[in-house]
Parts: sequence; C-alpha cells; structure tokens
Amino acid sequence: MKFTKEHEWLRVEGDLVVVGITEHAATQLGDVVFVELPETETMVATGDEIVVIESVKAASDILAPLDGEIVQVNAKLADNPGLVNEDPMGAAWFFKMKVDDLSAMDDYMDEDEYADYIG
Amino acid sequence: MADLMRLGLHDLHLSLGGKMVPFAGYEMPVQYPAGVMKEHLHTRAAAGLFDVSHMGQVILRPKADMAALVAGFEAMMPVDVAGLAQGRQRYGLFTNDAGGILDDLMFANRGDHLFVVVNAACKAADIAHMQAHLSGVAEVIPVTDRALLALQGPAAEAALARIAPQVAAMRFMDVGIFDSAYGPLWVSRSGYTGEDGYEVSVPDAGAEGFARALLAMEEVQPIGLGARDSLRLEAGLCLYGHDIDTTTTPVEAGLTWAIQKVRRTGGAREGGFPGAARILAELAAGTARSRVGLRPEGRAPMREGVELFSAEGEALGRITSGGFGPSVDAPVAMGYVAASHAAIGTTIFGELRGKRLPLTVCDLPFQPTTYKR
Repeated sequence: MKFTKEHEWLRVEGDLVVVGITEHAATQLGDVVFVELPETETMVATGDEIVVIESVKAASDILAPLDGEIVQVNAKLADNPGLVNEDPMGAAWFFKMKVDDLSAMDDYMDEDEYADYIG
Repeated sequence: MADLMRLGLHDLHLSLGGKMVPFAGYEMPVQYPAGVMKEHLHTRAAAGLFDVSHMGQVILRPKADMAALVAGFEAMMPVDVAGLAQGRQRYGLFTNDAGGILDDLMFANRGDHLFVVVNAACKAADIAHMQAHLSGVAEVIPVTDRALLALQGPAAEAALARIAPQVAAMRFMDVGIFDSAYGPLWVSRSGYTGEDGYEVSVPDAGAEGFARALLAMEEVQPIGLGARDSLRLEAGLCLYGHDIDTTTTPVEAGLTWAIQKVRRTGGAREGGFPGAARILAELAAGTARSRVGLRPEGRAPMREGVELFSAEGEALGRITSGGFGPSVDAPVAMGYVAASHAAIGTTIFGELRGKRLPLTVCDLPFQPTTYKR
C-alpha cells in the first residue's frame, strides 16, 4: 500500500489501483455526511479534484493520485457516507482506476514513511 | 497558539480529550473524542455541557437609582428593558445609528442591578460601548472571576437539580442565584441550542468541581463548539459576525420578536434607540432582503459564503450559516435573500463548486425548540 501527502491510500488490485483516505484523514475530517464521486469512464490527470467529501466541519477534495481512467466508484458511500469514518482503509474505498503508468506509484510514501509524515 | 487566552477549565478540556482551536481570541474545545455528530445528538437526547466562559459577563450596577440605569440601557437597544421583571432575562441587541447590529446579548434584572452576557468577540467593544453610554448612571463591571457553563438538553433539569434543586422550578428565561458546594451559582434557564437547559455562572474556584460533578452524571457529556454551532443553526439562532453584524438590521435579520411593542411606533416608549429611524421605518414598510431558513435539496451541505440566485440567474443574496443538521439529518442553512424570493416554499439556487443547486426557502427553526415556558 502507498500513501500520498493528501492522506490518500493506494492499493493495487489486479490491473487496477484502489484509492481511499487514511484513518488519520478520516479522524481529522470528523463525521462525513456527504461524498460526491466522479463518473466512471472519466479520464483524470494527477492532481485533478475528483471527489468531494463533506464532513460536519468542512468540505475537502480528493485528488487523482495518478493519471488514468476511473473504472469503478463505491456507490455505497452515497447512501452511507459515515462508512468513511467506520472503515476508511477497507469498505470505504472511493474509486478504482486503470492507470497509465503503475511505476508512478513508486513516488508515493510507504507505510513507514507515511507514519513518520503524520507524526 | 501563543497569543490566545486560555479558559479556566483548559486542563479539564485537555483531560477530556478536547481538540483545542482558536476562537474569538481563546483556545476553545471544538470537539471531544465522541465527535460533532454524536455530541450534537447527545445534547438533544440527554444533556450536553458547554464551556462558554469566553463570553463576556458584565454587571451594570446603578450609581444612584435603578430607573436611571434601566432608562440608559434601554436607550442603547430597541428592546423593552424597563418592563423586564425582577428575576427575568431577555434577549437584546445593541444597534448603531445606521440601524446595524453591534452585538446581540442577554440581560437579566437581578433586582438592584442588571447582569449582561455578551459575545466573546465583541466583549471589549461592548464594555467600552456600555461605559460610554452608561458612565453617568452605572458602574460597568466586567466579571472576570467566574466561568460560564451551559447545560442543555432534556436531561439538563434533572442533572442540575441534583446540585441546586431550586432550578427545577425555573421557567424559560428565569434567573436566580443559588448557593451550592461550588459557590453561589448564577443560573438562567436559557441557552443557545433550542433545547431546554441552563446557563450557569460559577466562581472560578468552584468551576472545575462543578463541571466534574455534572460530567460524572450518566446523562451529561462534554460538548464542543462544533456541535454548539450545528445545534444553534438547527434552532434557527443567529451567530454574531455571520448571520448578523453592523451591515444587517434587526428587521432584516427577522429579529422583530426582540423589539417589543412599547418601543415600536405608537408604543409608550417608542424609538429613542440608535438607528430608530431606519428600524421603525423597516418595521412599517418591510425590508429589501430578509434572513430566511434554507433547505438544500440532496445531501450536500451549503455553507457560509455560498451565493444565491433565482432560476433566471438574478443574484439574490448569500448563505450566512450552513452545514449538516445531525438531528434534521439533512443539510440546513440560513442566509439573506431578496424580498421577492423570501416567501416560504420558494425555490432558489446556490452556487456550489460551479454548479447551481436548488434550495427551498423554509420556516425557522429547523428543529422544534423545547424551551420550558
């Protein structure tokens, strides 16, 4: 698993990359009340704002961590945004993408580096 | 947070796991480990304890007679001060000459003096304002050796009555002074959540013991500023600096219930407050815009600053408070809207992330209040 400075996690699943937010991010956000997911079959570039998360406190964005195509989104989050707080590292994944260049993941932090990053 | 002031109960908040944030010059607990949603719902289901010691507590003590103080204080507000009975509290508004709102406040008639509670961010200005207007008739005495705690929710009465049994007999907006193990408690049956409950001023020396005694009760949980905000928003109550300020008048803000008949045109003590010309004219003829409740369709909250439009694209105003209402289980907001679109049931549009999404103008509050009248 890899981690971004924006507190996303990336997990390779077959030829896809699954993306969610970390436990740390979910805790910082507080109770999530709304998630707006991208359309599937959307081409995205690294840094595009593709998910909106609204918590009781504020709105935040999730950025596309890699270049590629959104192939699947987690529809459960629309009905149950609180899943992001309950199981951020598992059931509350946001989207799966087919990436142009898997090696771009190497630029991101591993678990130990992320643990250091959040202190 | 070096330049911030600390509450007397700062260490208690830390020991409870409070997440401290800057607010109005103070380090304040925004939430505890339960989180905003659970804290909000707990307050509506049982009882929540809030530390609001950042707010300004002020005693106005007459130099000669109470009547001169009352008349002087009444001249600062479009509010009936003289008619407030001993042992009662009322909501007030300091206005400026243009009819704008300098601050909103609570004031109580304690027989031989008035007790005033003002917003934290405004308290220095309010104290100076009161000194400027009242120095001839009263001493303006900031109370700096007392914490102010709010206990709100349906179980507040049972909880506080274990410490001061007299509070059970109080009605909404009654005030009283009761001896307790923690020193004399200055209690009002009021608050800012829409729930029944109390605000209690307690001497600093007894404040931690008082707070811990309440928190030890099964019904009582500590509640941070985050839930305080969502609770008051659901209750349709204004937050100074957001929903009301010097650019809004009491009539635009829908606070006409705070302007008693005796101060209005034709009343026995009509006018005679700052901004009277504009405020009385607006009471008679209406305003170009009004504060309204707004229900966004769907689940996406619309927050302060969202611009509002008609279906035809005409700018109507903006949201001044908005978020997710945990008890309503939907996004809720308040804002100012042009009179043409302020009728209940009107559909207007808020611009969110480049899209114009529908909202319905609705009655306030979003959550029925449960004051014990």
